[in-house]
Amino acid sequence: MIVDMKPEDIVGEYREATLTYYDGKSRKVLYTELETPYPDGKLIVSTTTPDGVISHVNRAFVEMSGYSEAELLGAPHSILRHPDMPAAAFKDLWDTVLRGEKWQGFVKNLRKDGGYYWVKATVIPNVRGGKVVGYTSVRRKPSRSKVDECIALYPTLF
Amino acid sequence: MSVMFTVSPDFAPDRLSGWYIFNTWLQKQSAEAIHLEMYNHYQDLHQAIAEDKIDLIYANPFDAAMLVREKGFLPLVRAKGESDEAIIAVNADSNINDVADLKPNTRVAFTDDPDVRLMGMIMLEPADLHTGNIVPLLSDNHVLVAKHLLKGEADVGIILAEAYDNLSGMIKKQLRVLVRSQISVIYHSLMIGPRLQNRRDDFQKILVAMDKDEKGNGVLNALGFSAWQKIEDEEMEFMIDLMDTLNT
Ligand SMILES: Cc1cc2nc3c(=O)[nH]c(=O)nc-3n(C[C@H](O)[C@H](O)[C@H](O)COP(=O)(O)O)c2cc1C
Repeated sequence: MIVDMKPEDIVGEYREATLTYYDGKSRKVLYTELETPYPDGKLIVSTTTPDGVISHVNRAFVEMSGYSEAELLGAPHSILRHPDMPAAAFKDLWDTVLRGEKWQGFVKNLRKDGGYYWVKATVIPNVRGGKVVGYTSVRRKPSRSKVDECIALYPTLF
Repeated sequence: MSVMFTVSPDFAPDRLSGWYIFNTWLQKQSAEAIHLEMYNHYQDLHQAIAEDKIDLIYANPFDAAMLVREKGFLPLVRAKGESDEAIIAVNADSNINDVADLKPNTRVAFTDDPDVRLMGMIMLEPADLHTGNIVPLLSDNHVLVAKHLLKGEADVGIILAEAYDNLSGMIKKQLRVLVRSQISVIYHSLMIGPRLQNRRDDFQKILVAMDKDEKGNGVLNALGFSAWQKIEDEEMEFMIDLMDTLNT
């Protein structure tokens, strides 16, 4: 479902990386050093199926990711994975929600145009009639000091 | 047996009579003897809910999870096009121009309205502020929050956006909005308790048709609403999940 990123979509000078996902598939990503600041007062919301395929996004999600709603629905959530994010963070996310618990963490996300944005994310299982029918993630604006801590910490987790 | 109806204590004071008129209208339409009991404080409301006294409630989103998951309430309707939003305000002369400028021990004024406070505290997080490092100023209502700002007794205030918009021009001129939330998926909902649930469909039908009826439309006006809109169970579950993520 995820195709390589295309140079014509990228804004500014970019670098290339190849991400290998949890399922062994890989994708070429193009990324720049352009940060999009988190918009004040907004929440970025998405819901996935139990296996992490995006099933709902709100408008703030569309605006911040740079993808259209049609491109996002049906895509795996790793469409936003940034090469600077250590796999350990997402392993912790999945281990936590699979235990039925809430996960919270700071994530650097990759935009369609190669830029990035930092979020403070909370992911919870959606339990309906005792069954997990999906997961919801709500992101809010992170503090600069917390982002700076992650910028120092994440490279040590590779 | 009489049915007990209540409205979350964060109702706008000038809508109080509107809720009584609504109660009378609903009694007639549903042919249920409904008694409206208004509580001034969340503590009293929560006590009544704990004692299973309530059958119908116009509930704050913060209470929705508890009502559904612990007390077996189900959603009926929400006010069409209305959602709960919060603003962070400062004195117009304040040298704070960005939430990120705020430091620990900031004096924060707010009311006991739980969802507004939650949204407000989330908007203060970018400055690393949390309940443990602010100086809280619990105020009786949103006007008093504004007054704390005017008198320089608080550095920032958390106010329901609708209440802020309804403040007098005089007061608003002396305030400045730092952030206004744009969440749009958190709202108050009219909910029905277990004792009355055999009438859920009837109530939903009556309420959804209310704006088409001349009298009903007038009553809605008294509440400041244009119409009621049905809430699907999944919509309510989604909002509860959302509140759950924010509550951390
Ligand atoms: C509800 C939910 C939201 C997620 N949001 C993101 C996200 O915003 N960015 C991201 O890189 N991964 C997100 N993930 C994690 C991805 O599913 C995935 O684990 C991650 O991108 C790493 O890819 P991989 O697990 O295939 O290696 C989310 C997962 C869930 C369940």
